Amino acid sequence: MQATTHTMPHAGVHEAHHEEQGFWRKYIFSTDHKVIGIQYGLTALVFLLFGFFLMMMMRWQIAHPGQPIPLVGWLLERVLGDVAAKGVMSPDLYNSFGAMHGTIMVFLAIVPLAFGAFGNYVVPLQIGAPDMAFPRVNMASYQAYVLGGIIMFVSFFIPGGAAQAGWTSYSPLATSIPTDGQTFWLVGMIFLITSSLLGAVNFIATIIQLRAPGMTWMRLPFFVWAQFVTGFLLLLAFPPLEAAGIMQLMDKVAGTSFFLPTGLAVGGELANISGGGSPLLWQHLFWFLGHPEVYVLILPAMGIVCEVIANNTRKPIWGYKSLVYSALCIGFLSFIVWAHHMYLTGMGTKVATFFQTTTMIISIPSVIILTCFFISLWGGSIRFNTPMLFCLAFLPMFGIGGLTGLPLGFAASDLHLHDTYYVIAHFHYVVAPGTIFALFAGIYYWFPKMTGRMMNEFWGRVHFWGSLIFMNVVFQPMFAQGMSGMIRRMADGGANYATATLQKQGVEVIGGLSDKMMNLHTMILWGAVFLALVQIPFIINVFWSIKHGKKVTSDNPWNATTLEWQTPTPPPHGNFAHAPTVHRGPYEYSVPGHSSDFIPQNETDKGSRQH
Amino acid sequence: MDIPYTSQPRPDTGIYNAKVGIWLFLASEVMLFGALFSTYILLRVGARPEDWPTGLLNVPIGTFNTAVLIASSVTVVMAWASLKMKQFNRFKLFQAITVLCALTFLGIKSFEYRDKFTHYEVWKTDGTRITGHLEGKPMFMTLEKVKAAGKESILFTPDLHHYSEGKKAMHERDHGDHKAVEIPVAQIKRLSAFVPAHSTYFAIYFTLTGLHALHVLGGAVVMAYLFGPGAKMWFTDPDRLTNRVEVSGLFWHFVDLVWIFLFPILYLL
Repeated sequence: MQATTHTMPHAGVHEAHHEEQGFWRKYIFSTDHKVIGIQYGLTALVFLLFGFFLMMMMRWQIAHPGQPIPLVGWLLERVLGDVAAKGVMSPDLYNSFGAMHGTIMVFLAIVPLAFGAFGNYVVPLQIGAPDMAFPRVNMASYQAYVLGGIIMFVSFFIPGGAAQAGWTSYSPLATSIPTDGQTFWLVGMIFLITSSLLGAVNFIATIIQLRAPGMTWMRLPFFVWAQFVTGFLLLLAFPPLEAAGIMQLMDKVAGTSFFLPTGLAVGGELANISGGGSPLLWQHLFWFLGHPEVYVLILPAMGIVCEVIANNTRKPIWGYKSLVYSALCIGFLSFIVWAHHMYLTGMGTKVATFFQTTTMIISIPSVIILTCFFISLWGGSIRFNTPMLFCLAFLPMFGIGGLTGLPLGFAASDLHLHDTYYVIAHFHYVVAPGTIFALFAGIYYWFPKMTGRMMNEFWGRVHFWGSLIFMNVVFQPMFAQGMSGMIRRMADGGANYATATLQKQGVEVIGGLSDKMMNLHTMILWGAVFLALVQIPFIINVFWSIKHGKKVTSDNPWNATTLEWQTPTPPPHGNFAHAPTVHRGPYEYSVPGHSSDFIPQNETDKGSRQH
Repeated sequence: MDIPYTSQPRPDTGIYNAKVGIWLFLASEVMLFGALFSTYILLRVGARPEDWPTGLLNVPIGTFNTAVLIASSVTVVMAWASLKMKQFNRFKLFQAITVLCALTFLGIKSFEYRDKFTHYEVWKTDGTRITGHLEGKPMFMTLEKVKAAGKESILFTPDLHHYSEGKKAMHERDHGDHKAVEIPVAQIKRLSAFVPAHSTYFAIYFTLTGLHALHVLGGAVVMAYLFGPGAKMWFTDPDRLTNRVEVSGLFWHFVDLVWIFLFPILYLL
């Protein structure tokens, strides 16, 4: 491939470079989808690390309530003041760290990484497009994201600190807390929603309009399909939250009562409001986004896993059409399951029955997708490189996350599990060793295309095995804690609650938490510490490999079939020296009778590749 | 390599990129306003009838504004059609009328807003409620501000009827004498202008119309750009300018359509 790239006529290369761009235009205010993708990626990784640090401090507080946080306690006190007096995390600080951990991880780290970074970098390449359909809208999308991120970050340092009402920001709690954190949160969210809206419009339009000649819908790599459905979820699910955000902002700033009921008392006094609002309305609007958001987190991850599995099993993905239709089904169904987050709000058993039915139905396409991946492994001669290891781990980890969600989807069992650590364990299994593992796989997999160098394989494996072990050390105990009744969001990790027992006639009718359950906090804390340590090789690996990694010897180091590997490395502005034409499906590996074990999508039947 | 289909339609989809983009954007706008309209329904269903003000908005003015917007959605099409017929000066004329209509709408709306900010309701401690105007027509007055100013009573010119008495009574409110009465502060439980905090009705009224006004403003800015500096594109890439006018026109129709729903639910029902 490299050879053909080099023998290209000179005029073709010139076409791609209209003029030399200055530093600012090229790296900061770039309209090139690849630069924007990398900008998204780096920013999101920084937020991912920041969100993780917030949680590590919280884990210390949970395991050792009231004791100064080692190493960083003094810094917290100096920067944040009284809320961290003597380096001890106060309940207020715990609440704001908790709310911001969720917000940052979902809206500032995972979605921008999965959709903004990988989608931006890979989708136009995979469909054979020169760029996104609207490059300047793309730039505006990234800038809105950064602005939103800055507003969220700054909110830690304002008087009263950041938002404290959880990432779900339920009213009336969110409106009643007398600090400005929630206002910052809402304004920040409006920027982030605007960002994903611009991104979603751009992605969908690009996939509809800019597919290369011959790239029919059923020849799209599954990753593109996943991003396509994700785009629609963001496009249609986020606006209701934007509406809700505007209304909560009105409640907070203009004194309205959209989500505040008549007779609301705050601090023992009747609130001076008109009343007449509905707290349930906020929850409906929030979860109308909140549940499709889950699939925004998981679909791009499944897309990455599909690409890596097909490439490393060296055989066509099993059930391509099932994957595509399942993804479309998920996209549709995810709009009608949201109220399974609300069984305990008293919205009524009939409504609950409807939503538990749709919730059970949506698990079917998810299982189909996972099953297709598992069957794809069967009979393959698997290459166990770092991206593949992460993808192989994704399968059981996401499986655990998904299956433990079923008891939460049934109203009856949810009564017991709702708002416990079981819920935390469930969705972290989906997102952390699930989505984040897939994202790691994507980084290791596409790094050679972005930089022209491979990441270090040995340290990649250290990163993988360490992450796999300690992710489970962190999240597995939470299932047990949750089932034993440990409630989430307690600033002391349940220390008070643990001793709360009620005896009637010598029989314990309400039992506190056992020491066994409480002691698991210590194990989780150390799991988190080691999880942080094994990320160090990864961080060093990323930066070290840019300059010192093993140079790739071809444009297609993994011998892959999809179009992103048929470009120069790294792809220049405009991507393809000549517009590619597609002649075949995305996963033609090990075709009998063919000389190599892969046939790129742009190779004609005669065997010569077109650019 | 240039991005394909920026002005020519893609053969298999039949449309150019920006048109796909604007339709997708409008789909998300439908969800945004859809959520707010749903909120309107939910709040209204949950409210006691006497707490849901009706007939406080000026229907003739609202009707006039509706007519202004409908006229502008005709002229916005005329502007696009003029470009299609290669009549640049005619385009300029219709584009200018459209922008002027948008500005007229906003101007009238801001007068309507001001009218509400100076119109008050008083909840008295004996359970009665009256609406009317305060002496000197201040904006945004509240009971807290009255107390902070050290006043012991307010001079209030009541309307003849309260909105809770129903629509018929409201129509007669402007006939007859308006006499100012003095109300002691001690007898007042709550005092609020018809601002968002007044009630869930005004909360949703200002949120919906405010968001709609922002859309009108955004549309006006874009269309003014296409009328002014953006129009130069006629001499370099006329097809693309025509497409831009079409796309902004699609957005403008959506903004009009939202108002067509807003007008009856807020002014008439």
